[in-house]
Amino acid sequence: MTLQAILFVLIIIGGTALLSWPLGRYMAGVMDPKGGKGTMTGLFQAIVGPLGREEQGWKAYVFAILAFNIVIFTVVYLIQTFQGALPFNPDGMGAVNPDLMFNTAASFTTNTNLQHYSGEATYSYFTQLGGLMWLQFVTPAVGLAAPTAMARALSGRALGNFWVDLQRATFLVLLPLSLVFAALLVIGGLPMTFEGSVVATTLEGVQQTIARGPVAAFVTIKQLGTNGGGFFGPNSTHPLENVSFYTNMIQMVAIIIVPMACVWMFARIVGRIKHGFVIFAVMLCFVLIKTAGSVGFETAPTQAFNDLPIAQDVGNLEGKELRFGATGGPLWAVLTTATSNGSVGAMHDSLNPLAGMMPMVGMWLNESFGGVGVGMINMFLYIVVAVFVAGMMIGRTPEYLGWRIEAREVKLALFALLAHGAFILLGTAIFAATPWGAETLNNSGPHGFSEILYEFTSAAANNGSGFEGLGDNTVPWNITTGLVMIFSRFIPIILPLAIVGFMSQKRRATESSGTLSVEGGVFATMLAVTVIVVGALTFFPAATLGPIAEHVMYMN
Amino acid sequence: MTSLLASLRLTVATMAICVVGYSAAVWAFAQAVTPETANGSLITNAEGQVIGSSQIAQGFSQPGYFWPRPSAVDYNAAGAAGSNKSPTSEDLKTRGAEIVEAYGATAENPLPADLVAMSGAGLDPHISEAGALYQVARVAEARGLQPAILENLVRSHSEAPGGFLMSGKIVNVLELNLALDAL
Repeated sequence: MTLQAILFVLIIIGGTALLSWPLGRYMAGVMDPKGGKGTMTGLFQAIVGPLGREEQGWKAYVFAILAFNIVIFTVVYLIQTFQGALPFNPDGMGAVNPDLMFNTAASFTTNTNLQHYSGEATYSYFTQLGGLMWLQFVTPAVGLAAPTAMARALSGRALGNFWVDLQRATFLVLLPLSLVFAALLVIGGLPMTFEGSVVATTLEGVQQTIARGPVAAFVTIKQLGTNGGGFFGPNSTHPLENVSFYTNMIQMVAIIIVPMACVWMFARIVGRIKHGFVIFAVMLCFVLIKTAGSVGFETAPTQAFNDLPIAQDVGNLEGKELRFGATGGPLWAVLTTATSNGSVGAMHDSLNPLAGMMPMVGMWLNESFGGVGVGMINMFLYIVVAVFVAGMMIGRTPEYLGWRIEAREVKLALFALLAHGAFILLGTAIFAATPWGAETLNNSGPHGFSEILYEFTSAAANNGSGFEGLGDNTVPWNITTGLVMIFSRFIPIILPLAIVGFMSQKRRATESSGTLSVEGGVFATMLAVTVIVVGALTFFPAATLGPIAEHVMYMN
Repeated sequence: MTSLLASLRLTVATMAICVVGYSAAVWAFAQAVTPETANGSLITNAEGQVIGSSQIAQGFSQPGYFWPRPSAVDYNAAGAAGSNKSPTSEDLKTRGAEIVEAYGATAENPLPADLVAMSGAGLDPHISEAGALYQVARVAEARGLQPAILENLVRSHSEAPGGFLMSGKIVNVLELNLALDAL
């Protein structure tokens, strides 16, 4: 890696890490105001009605999450159904297949934003803003509410009220941030118009139809809420979705800033800042390792052009935009999959084999820094397992922040972690062995296998990026990935809340010198090893069949 | 039932503020502060007809114009996409050979890679400065102009938007060709 690339990576990741500190403090303040009485709390309770005032136990909190998600799924399914009759449809978008509508509604409800359609060719401005962008606000808010409740329980208090937490996250965290970032992107040159596409007559006399729309508002929350669903089909590689080097940097900061701040928010609510530093450091290490891999492997030139008279001095350019520079694409690929964002700044299908594996590793682990809110929750599952294993090793009752972890809690945590692997590997196996997958490939050999593996990984990680050559708008793909997204969203939200629910019913022990400290290097190492053993090794066999095989076959 | 009612109330509240309020605020800001880019950076000719967007590549193919990067969707700005081919793909090898032939590149005078590799959206408005200079001889011959004039034109239109964080300069092809027509 050149000095230039290292500097670029440090500015983006380091700069955002610094910004995440004050944001985390702000988020802890508004999500969990002192004494439960923020200035807006009364208003938020009034908006919900009677349910807004009750203290919820973990079951009531989970029930409220599920009820809200059923409603938002239904609303967006209906908006798609009737988009032909609804306003803000200057390009006359019409009916959409039911299986695609199911997939899109599931995808955006679960904060995944896997897109089996191309925005400018399928959905009206009404559907894009009123349906999809709306979900891009409220689904990360669901994500933020969950670790807030979890952290309250871990600090020995009641969980709180989901209806109020959801509004705090939407109106006090995501909305103000979006206004700031949208202004920056507008100044950077992103379009924001309600006029339809325009027909240009080019210098050579050809007709060119140019799609445009209310892009800036959509793209901002797409990035900030770890949503990732683009306004245009090719996402943030589209010149009107990501205009310049400058907007590209802003959008990359927007990918990771809230997931980073979630760690500080969690640490502040449980009142253990040093513990937050340990978690943050472990996550940051994984991001930096993946970035080094992705940026490094991507400096290899396009293998297919090697025997031709082509000058390749800046690495692999297939699927990349020149205005972002050589490091922009592979760095974005890591950030967007380290979090559960899933927007793309270069085509992942066209990354070099091992550079393209790094996004997959990010989604297999899915916690460094993970999706808004849910990344911290996934890390909590690894913490539970790490604390339990460490407790067994030193022969003491495992405790986390004074709460005893026993068989029931560990079983739930492991179930949630292993379900992730099961969805990916079983789904990939079935589709690789049948025409459901084999007939939809855009590349042959191990790269074709990688396309299927990536799609299930992306669905199970609620990420939404893809090896987009895959012809995934088919009934089997739409239904299967739709279901995988739904299960993969709610299992890791419900089970951690259940775990803290069970833990907090026990008597809290005071921490002594004999307790495993969660604030030092020993714990950090233990946590990192647990993540690698449980998270990464599960997928090693599949990786050898896809990206690793392709690398060995072609890249030497 | 009460939970569904609460959900519906939140649906109305969040839609009103995050969809209607937020979109209107961003739209008003954009139309007031940056009206040109907010509407797609459109370029019009003397008669007021739209001839393109400065951010969107056009499919130049005449020898008298600078050519853009190849596009997986034939420069369709209403259905953008990349090739999504693996860098090890046979299809890429075939395309590479075809483009090398079209430019007449040789081992002594190899073609800059950005003129062969497709961009992510198939609409990349830029080529590298090296890619533009590579085409100067062809354009000069087709137009009967001195190559030195065109080289100066290319260099004066080159930019490095990332400054010291970016290696090499890039050129906006449509703007370069408009300047060429204005010579």
